[in-house]
Amino acid sequence: MVDLWPLSGPEWVFVLLGVVAVASGLFAVTTRNLVHAALSLVVTLGAVAGCFLLLTAEFVAWVQVLIYVGAVVVLLVFGLMLTRAPIGESPDADSESRWPPLVVAVSAGAAVIVLLLDAFGRATVDLNAAEIGTAEVAGAAVFRTWVLPFEVLSVLLLAALVGAIALSKSGGEE
Amino acid sequence: MIHVAYPAVLSALLLSLGLYAVLRRRNAILVLIGVELMLNAATLLLVLGDVLTADDRHSGQVLALFVITLAAAEIGLGLAIALLVFRQRADINIDQLRLLRESESEESKGIAP
Repeated sequence: MVDLWPLSGPEWVFVLLGVVAVASGLFAVTTRNLVHAALSLVVTLGAVAGCFLLLTAEFVAWVQVLIYVGAVVVLLVFGLMLTRAPIGESPDADSESRWPPLVVAVSAGAAVIVLLLDAFGRATVDLNAAEIGTAEVAGAAVFRTWVLPFEVLSVLLLAALVGAIALSKSGGEE
Repeated sequence: MIHVAYPAVLSALLLSLGLYAVLRRRNAILVLIGVELMLNAATLLLVLGDVLTADDRHSGQVLALFVITLAAAEIGLGLAIALLVFRQRADINIDQLRLLRESESEESKGIAP
C-alpha cells in the first residue's frame, strides 16, 4: 500500500463527497419512509456527480444531474405517487429476513474492494495532466469513435419508450 | 493527484448499498432505487478508468454516458411494469407476486395466501 496520509486537497473533497454519498445512500436503503428514500437518493446522486466533476468528467457530471436528478428521481416520485405510497412510514417496506441481504451485500462489497485495491491500489491519478471531459471532448468522442453504439442505443431507447407506452396502454382491463 | 483507492472504495460501497436494497426491500420502487445505486457505482468506475488510463477516445466517459442512458430506459420500463402490476393486483409488494402468469379464475389471482 502506498501512503494514504496526508490527504491532498482533491482527496479531501473526494472523501467528503463520498461520505455524503454513502451516508445518504445508507439512509435511502434503510428508511421506511418511501418519499424520504427517493429524496435522499437525490443527495447521493448529486454527490456522485460532484465526484465525476472532480475526476475531470465535466459533461458526465452535468448529464448525471440532468438525467438522474432531473428525470429519474422525478419518475420514481411519480411512481410512488401513482402506486399510492403512504405519506408517512410504511412498516412493510422491508422484508423480515434481515441477515441474508446484509451478508450478501457486505461480502460483495468487501470482495469488490479487495479486487479493486489489489488491481489498482498503488495507482494515482494526475488530475492536472488529464484532459478535461468537456462537452466538446465528449461530443467529439461520441460522434467520431462511438457513432455506431450511439445509434444502437438510440434504437434501444425508442424500443424502451414504445414498450413502456404499450405496457401502460394495454394493462388494466382483464 | 488523487489516489485511486478513494473512488474505488466509494464505488464498492455504493454497489453494496444497492445490492442490500435490492435484496431487502419489498416495495418494487425501492428495489428500483437500489438498482440505480448499483448503476451509479458502475458509472463511477467507468469515469475513474477513463481518467486513470488517459484514453484518447474517452471510452470510459462515453460508456458512462451510455450507462446513464440505459438507466433512464430501465427506469421507464421498470416503472411501467410496476404501475401495470399495481393496477392489476393493487399491490407492488414483490413478496406477494408468486405467479408469473395470467390469472385464470378468482382463486388464482397470483397473490399468495
